[in-house]
Amino acid sequence: MTTPVNKAPEMVTGASRKRMDTAQPVFNESGIEIRKTYTAEDLESSGGVDMVGLPGEYPFTRGIHREMYRKRPWTMRQYTGFGNPSETNKRFKFLIENGQTGLNVAFDLPSQIGIDSDDDMATGEIGRVGMAVDSLRDFEVAFDGIDLDKITVSLTVNGSAAIMIAMYLAMAEKRGYDITKLRGTAQNDILKEFIGRGTWIFPVEPSIKLVADTIEYCAHNAPKYSPVSVCGYHIRESGADPAQEMAYGFCIAKAYTDLVLARGLDVDEFASRLSFNFNIYGNIFEQVAKFRAGRGLWAKIISEGYGATNPRSMVLRMIAGGGGSGLTKEQPEVNIVRGAYYALISALSGAQTMALCCFDEAYTIPSVDAQRLSLRTMQVLIEEMGLCDTVDPLAGSYYVETLTNQMRERMEEVMAEVEEQGGIVAMVADGSIQAKVSEQAYQMLQDIESGEFPKVGINCYQMDEKEPEVELHPYAEDDARRQVERIVQLREERDGAAVEATLAKLVTDAQAGVNVMPAIMAAVKAYATVGEMTDALVSVYGRYQEPVRF
Amino acid sequence: MNQRSTRVLIAKPGLDGHDRGAKIVAHALIDAGFDVIYTGLRQAPEAVVQAALDGQVDVIGLSSMAGSHVPYCQQLKPLLEEKGLGDKLWIIGGSIPAGDQQALLDIGLDGVFPAGSKLESIVDFINERCQ
Repeated sequence: MTTPVNKAPEMVTGASRKRMDTAQPVFNESGIEIRKTYTAEDLESSGGVDMVGLPGEYPFTRGIHREMYRKRPWTMRQYTGFGNPSETNKRFKFLIENGQTGLNVAFDLPSQIGIDSDDDMATGEIGRVGMAVDSLRDFEVAFDGIDLDKITVSLTVNGSAAIMIAMYLAMAEKRGYDITKLRGTAQNDILKEFIGRGTWIFPVEPSIKLVADTIEYCAHNAPKYSPVSVCGYHIRESGADPAQEMAYGFCIAKAYTDLVLARGLDVDEFASRLSFNFNIYGNIFEQVAKFRAGRGLWAKIISEGYGATNPRSMVLRMIAGGGGSGLTKEQPEVNIVRGAYYALISALSGAQTMALCCFDEAYTIPSVDAQRLSLRTMQVLIEEMGLCDTVDPLAGSYYVETLTNQMRERMEEVMAEVEEQGGIVAMVADGSIQAKVSEQAYQMLQDIESGEFPKVGINCYQMDEKEPEVELHPYAEDDARRQVERIVQLREERDGAAVEATLAKLVTDAQAGVNVMPAIMAAVKAYATVGEMTDALVSVYGRYQEPVRF
Repeated sequence: MNQRSTRVLIAKPGLDGHDRGAKIVAHALIDAGFDVIYTGLRQAPEAVVQAALDGQVDVIGLSSMAGSHVPYCQQLKPLLEEKGLGDKLWIIGGSIPAGDQQALLDIGLDGVFPAGSKLESIVDFINERCQ
């Protein structure tokens, strides 16, 4: 008789990877064979050092700044948000007091997919996985007392990103900031949401049209703001290998770029504001080579492919942090060690910003202690380990340079495959990319279960462990109720006629196919809600019907 | 009627969009010889019931990653009963804290497979219960 509750594996073994057979070929996850030793000859035959260059210079393989961390260490930006905006504001301030240098806002699911807190569909989800946002008022509370010139804010939101960007800009404007100088980032990468993470709202075409609207609007009105952070991260989490992670990310970035160019903007007007979000776990050298290769490839795509002339357009700015998929539920304290290695990799790779998954994240929204520990992990690297002293310290290693060339070549192959199959937009729309990465995820899990792919605590060095006592973040019913009360109150207090008028304008602009950002800005300033604006857009665009493929 | 394969519904309840686990389990169940229907994301309780009826399934499987599984299953339970699906094997997997596992069994779930469960354990459980 099977016990009804199936616990994680309990067998105790000392099994580990045997490396006795040196004749066996070794491959990294991207499918590149790793040699026992690398020499100048290997480097030469992989393409030599033509793409290496110098930091801060084309092709930027070695980094996007000449001085990199010597001038300023990476931005520390832990993903945070839960409950209502005032609870989140407290946590933001705690992180800033502990030395965090940027904010990375988590939204709850209703906010991410355009549902108001007083909608039935939001029941039980308000503030659960992030901060609940219904209107501009919530942004005013969440960022109260935080200097937006000193702390840059990243909004992790996609389906409803156009609305949230408008709220952020409107909130900053109201507080007296000059939005032409305001910095910050929105994730706003909807194509990857169709592949993994799943917070889509509208069908594919209007969804990417909205992304182009935000890029165009920001280019004209908030030129320092980064309206998109293209995410290989979640595609990797969904099952892609490291080379695919970058290649699919670049295909997506190209898709947005093409749309904006079609509106008559010059590539140099907006390309410098495109940013990226990548994943780190697994083989150290594969990751470092991946980022170095990615920088060179992106610079080449933007300059040769799109004819950009401003070097700032060509640089791959990235947040690269630890990937959740690398962490284990088993022996969670080992995740502290993994997180430290991921941060090291990120620093060796020249990332602009880091966010580390916390060690308790397989169980819960991170505790205060776990978040502080992630910050300290990065601070130790900055203060004690010499990682800020010199740029791109692994450059010139035969292995790293060879692998960088090979990873770049592999990424180009993957990009060419996507083109052959009709391009990323078509592949997302018909679900074929989703099916491909999901198949790979299944294969990977089988390899982990069989022990083929070693994972400490899962298929080697297991311990007979009870589920550890992790302090679970409770679902705050009171905060959720207060959020519902706030929106009910808002609906009574605001100028209903102004809301109606701005929403009507949003509908007509969406119907006309013009950029809807000005209409969204006006609606936001009239305190229209996320749900109301989303519904207005749905009335024109419709809703996405998921092609269920796996 | 010919003997048919055991038919399994894999559904994603609630608003969360993390479907890697659901799809992996769907793959594994197909490889194990089951007929699998995967609903896709954001299934309301009513939609899960409807999919189970339409698919004439033997097993109803939910994949929950974002913490709303207990209230969701409380909502789903009476709907399943009402439509005569109360006797179907009802299982859940995903990010399920230890403290919630008994609560789910008390609601009426037959099996709980938290992250880290072997695929084989899910297959065996269904085989054992659906003979």
